[in-house]
This record gives sequence, C-alpha cells and structure tokens, in this order.
Amino acid sequence: MSDTHAVLEEQIAQWRTYLQRRQAIHAVDVAELEDHLREQVAGLTEGGLAADEAFLVAVKRMGNLDALSREFAREHSERLWKQLVVAPAEPGAAGAVGRSDLGVAFGVAVLVGIVIKIAILLRLTDGQYVRNASLLVLPMLTGYFAWKRALSGRTVGLLVVAFVAAGVFANAYPFVADGSTEVLTALHLPIALWLAVGIAYAGHRWREVAGRMDFIRFSGELFIYYVLIALGGGVLTGFMAMIFQAIGIDIEPFFEQWMPCLVGGAVIIAAWLVEAKQSVIENMAPVLTRLFTPLVTLVLLAFLATVAWTGRGGAIERDALIAFDGLLLLVLGLLLYALSAREADAPVGIFDRLQLVLLVSALVADAVALAAIAGRISEFGLSPNRVAALGVNVLLLVNLGWSTVLHARFLRGRGTFAALEKWQTDYLPAYAAWAAIVVVVFPVVFGYA
Amino acid sequence: MLPCISRPAALGDPVSINKDLIAASSTPIVLAILAEGDSYGYAIIQRVRELSGGRMEWTDGMLYPVLHRLERHGHIKARWEVAETGRRRKYYRLTPAGRKQLAEERRQWQAVDATLRGIWQSIIAGPSLGLTPFTCPAQGA
Repeated sequence: MSDTHAVLEEQIAQWRTYLQRRQAIHAVDVAELEDHLREQVAGLTEGGLAADEAFLVAVKRMGNLDALSREFAREHSERLWKQLVVAPAEPGAAGAVGRSDLGVAFGVAVLVGIVIKIAILLRLTDGQYVRNASLLVLPMLTGYFAWKRALSGRTVGLLVVAFVAAGVFANAYPFVADGSTEVLTALHLPIALWLAVGIAYAGHRWREVAGRMDFIRFSGELFIYYVLIALGGGVLTGFMAMIFQAIGIDIEPFFEQWMPCLVGGAVIIAAWLVEAKQSVIENMAPVLTRLFTPLVTLVLLAFLATVAWTGRGGAIERDALIAFDGLLLLVLGLLLYALSAREADAPVGIFDRLQLVLLVSALVADAVALAAIAGRISEFGLSPNRVAALGVNVLLLVNLGWSTVLHARFLRGRGTFAALEKWQTDYLPAYAAWAAIVVVVFPVVFGYA
Repeated sequence: MLPCISRPAALGDPVSINKDLIAASSTPIVLAILAEGDSYGYAIIQRVRELSGGRMEWTDGMLYPVLHRLERHGHIKARWEVAETGRRRKYYRLTPAGRKQLAEERRQWQAVDATLRGIWQSIIAGPSLGLTPFTCPAQGA
C-alpha cells in the first residue's frame, strides 16, 4: 500500500517538474493545479481505480500541457510577452526562427548605418540633420517589426503613408535656422513616429490592452538595453582611442565619420535583443522600478515640504515648466513600468500604496508649478516652447490625475487593476497626437521661428 | 405540465459541444456555480459534469486560465485556505461586480436561447429540410 503511495508521489512530483518548466505557469498555479490533480486521483481511486490508473486518467483530463501553457500564456501575457506567437508550434523550429531573426535584424541595422552614412555624405545642414534624425532610424525599425509580425498590406500601407507624411512635414516648411519650432519638430517627430513603431510592434494586437502593454514594456526595455550598449560602446571607443594613440595614430576623424551609423544601427540591435534575450532584463526592470519609486517619492515630498515651509512656490521660473514635465514623465514611466511588471491578480501590497503617494505628490508638485507659471505666461505672452511645454503638462496631468483616481479605487478594492491598465494603454495615442500637432501646426502658427 | 426539454432524437450519443461554444459558455457557467457558493477548481469541474449530465466535457486544466481572467476583471476573488485534506487550496468567491456580470450574461444567453427556440420551431413546421424534429416526452405519442 505504502509502496503504491510512494510511486504515486513520484509520478506527481515528475508531473510537477514538467509543469514548472513552462514559463507561463507560475509556482502558485502549479500548486493550484496539483491540488486539482490530487483531488481527481483521490476521487478516481475511491471509485475503484488503482492509483497508477487514476493518475493516468487525471493527467489526461487535465489536458495537453502545451495547450494548457498556451492558455495560461494568453491569460497572463505579462509572463511570456516576449513571444507574441505565444508558444512555438514545434520546439525544433524555434532555434531556426531565432537565427533568421538575428540575420534580418543585423541586415536592417547595417541598412540604418548606410542610410545615415548617405545623410552624412549629402552634407545636410545641422537643422536638416536634426529634424530628420528619427526618420533615418524609425522607418527601418518599423519595417523590421512589420516583417516579423507579417503585417497585412493595409497596415503596411498606412505606416508608409505616416512616414512619408513625416518626411514632408520635417522638410517642406521654411524653418528659420536654430528657431524654436525647428527644435520642437526635431523633439516631437520621434514621439509621433513611435506610435507607428508601436502599431508595427504589436501587430494585430494593437487594439488590445495586452498588445499595447507589451509595447510599453518593449519601449522601456529597449531604453535599458540601448543605455547598456551605449555604455559598453563608450568604454570600447575610449580604449580604442588610447591604444591607437599609443602607436601615434589619431582615430578621431574615423569616429566622426562612422559613429552616427553605429549609434543608429544599435537601436535595431537593441530592439532585437529585447525580444531575443527577454528573461535577462525581465528581472532587472521591476527591480529598477522598485528602487526608484521610493527615491522619487522622497525627493518629491522633500520638495513639497520645502515649498510649504519657505513659501517659495510663487517664485518658480516659467522655464522650469520643462523640468516639471520631465518630472511627471519620470513618474509616468515608473508607473507604467510597475504596471506592466505587476501580476494582475497579486494582492494589494505596500508598494502599491507607495505608488499612490508618489502619484499624489507628483500631482501636487505640478499644481504648484502650474499655478506659478500660469500667472507668468499671461504676463509675458505665449512662445512656441511655452505652449509645447504647457500642452505636454496638461496631457500628463490628465493622464496621471485619472490614474490616481483609478489607483485609489484599486487600493480600496472598488476598482480593478485591469481598469487602470486599460486607461493607461488607451491614453497612449494622445501623446502621439499632441506630438503630431506640434510638428504640423506649430511651425505655421508661430511663423517658423 | 412538465417543461419541455428539447433534445435531439438520438439522445444516447454523447453530444460533443464544439470548442467555441464551450469557451463562450464558460464565463456564465463558472459565475453561476460560484453564485451558489464559494468553490474551488476541482469542485467547479465536478459541478459542471453533474449539471450537464456529462455532456459538457471541459479539459480540467483549461478552467484555471478562465478563473484567472475572471479574477483579473474583478468578477471573482481568490483566497488560499487549508482544506480538510491538509493541502493549501485556492477558493474563489463571486464579487458584486461578478453578480452584475452574471445577470448581464444571463440576459444575453436568454436572448440567444429565445432566438434559437424560434428557429427550431419554424424548422419543425417544415419537415422537408430533413432535420429530425424534437419530440417532447410529455406531449408525444
């Protein structure tokens, strides 16, 4: 009797190990499924089956593990988001796909390098160069994802139209050299075009919350990877310069010629890395978020306390609006990252409460700044920079304000985490729309100055 | 009079219900079972078997992603408890939002059901279509 019991335990342990190997099925789910399996086995043995027979029937009823982990991955896409094609149909094919991906990514990166090299050879003015910088990289990145996701012809057509329009608006206007509107175009065009990258990245899942959330994750992790590559590249070029210096050769001209190509091509490589080497960063991003959320909260609370104590809130410079935009953007980034890394069904924890403190303090700090600046703007009039900064501020304020309400509801158990996710992902196009307005309308309104 | 339950004439065969229909009906079924009281995965599956007379065969494991989805939408809430067997077990409870959702699902399924009933009736009126008419034991013979 105890012998069959030991055999059964062994079989269950083996089954558990198989289950644990599935990335989409986490330990808590394995525990839940194991309880089910044991209950089923107990029920069947009571009905007269031998333990090993009961185990076989129970496993069969549980269902095919591949299909099961696909279902789990579909429901918990945050666990497996690297694979938009949720699970490879046959394990053998996965390796081959990975290699051809790398080949194409490398090819696209080289293409970006060539395009940038051509731009350098054309001897564009600084203004032209800056305005078109995003157009030298992002169309190729979008193309890579369009290929990878096998987008429909209609979507590809739309994306092509978007990039052509971007090219027209970046170059057709008679910008005054070094004017504000030229700089604003250079800054806002990449933001507007990032939406096109997102549409290609998420593919047919762009209309779903999960698809957009994946794109948010992708954007954050692309940033982290890019910074890492840039740091490594910086160290390497430093050493390269030194060793060539040692033999009396100055390689600075070489850097000037080729560095922009490498900087652009690295974007594609970073994008490929994000998808291919997901699990490496997956653990890092939530850690960074958890590290910086308390720190930013502390800084904000210190700022607010100082304003309240010294009463210096009214003396905020009008140009400081940019700084507050940056701050809200940072808070939004932390919030989005925490959202995208959070297990939707985890219970409310201290970190969630801390996030609410962060949100509220950021909103209060921004309200103090806005109140001070509104007076000054009415005094000194509008400039393109001020209107652009104000617009972004309003956008961020609406986004974070409503997020705070939803977050508070979630903490009190009145709302769902899904509602918060949906609000954030639905809001994304608003930023691209505003950026497009800045690019298309501002130069005309402010006389290209 | 007993309510007439429409059944295909060949009652002996197990009716295999297609995957789409199983998936679509899983939400109202799970919510309704939880409306009877808190429960856990295995017991829910057993209840489904019982209610359907074994005609609805769910793959056991597939229930869990459904439960997790319902929890994410706030329709049900999970908690871990130690069962009488000594094992930790995850119980689910229907939330007020889930109750609302259940009422909504019920309205929708009633509409679908009513529509289908209407069609079945009119098909019986024209037997030339080659479909087996449904018979009601209470009225038949």
